[in-house]
Amino acid sequence: MAETVALEIPARPDFLALARLIVAATAAADPLLPEDRIDDLRLAVSEACTNAIEAHQRVGSEQSNIRIECRLSPEQVEVEVRDHGAGFDPDVLVDHPPATDPARLDHERGLGIPLMRVLTDEVEFRSTTDGTTVRLVLRVSAVRRGR
Amino acid sequence: MGTRCRFRRPSPVQEPPLIDLGLDLVERDGWAVLVVSGEVDVATAPRLRERLIELVNRGHHRIVVDLVGVEFLDSTGLGVLVGALKRVRTHDGELALVCAEPRILKVFEITGLTKVFSIFGSVDEAVGAG
Repeated sequence: MAETVALEIPARPDFLALARLIVAATAAADPLLPEDRIDDLRLAVSEACTNAIEAHQRVGSEQSNIRIECRLSPEQVEVEVRDHGAGFDPDVLVDHPPATDPARLDHERGLGIPLMRVLTDEVEFRSTTDGTTVRLVLRVSAVRRGR
Repeated sequence: MGTRCRFRRPSPVQEPPLIDLGLDLVERDGWAVLVVSGEVDVATAPRLRERLIELVNRGHHRIVVDLVGVEFLDSTGLGVLVGALKRVRTHDGELALVCAEPRILKVFEITGLTKVFSIFGSVDEAVGAG
């Protein structure tokens, strides 16, 4: 049975560190998750929350909250970040030019979703016009295999 | 009546209490060394961006950004550094990074930005390489 820690934060950048702190502390309750994987989750959650805050800013709903749920089970640590923005299509992302191309420097944004994909074992985006839910999963079994 | 424990609500007119960012400037051998400490995310990155723009506008086109004291860096921080590199290059300048913490280096590695930035283990190495 999963144990759940849930919090809601105002959609403001100055609450982002609090979300990171609580998710990392919750994940650390799993003795099988090594510190570097908790760091991965901390960064992935921060990226998801940043996107959520910006989604709220775009529709002028900074006053409503972002909900973060962290579920621990013997198999995995799962975090859901739910916003009330306008939604987006995660498949419509602009690829950056190669690192050796001078045009790479024209792109300051767009690294958040690729980071989430690399840092976790599973990422799911569920997006509607009423908002987006990002689900991030770290599998404890992957840790056991020495990922 | 139970005891309530709560976080202090950040005020919109004060520095956020939960996130701190240190930005200290040292000039060395013709380089402006910006020593960054704390957490770089969407809350603090605007201050880093403003400081780097200010440096370039004041004529500093050889900049070292020392990230040794940075405990957390996300994609917003990476974007600020990419923008700063572009800015100094328009002045034929250079921007070097100092980073020794594997947790922070990993963010550059998985985004491919280790091929974009010159990254050194110490300020001595960064300044010496220029």
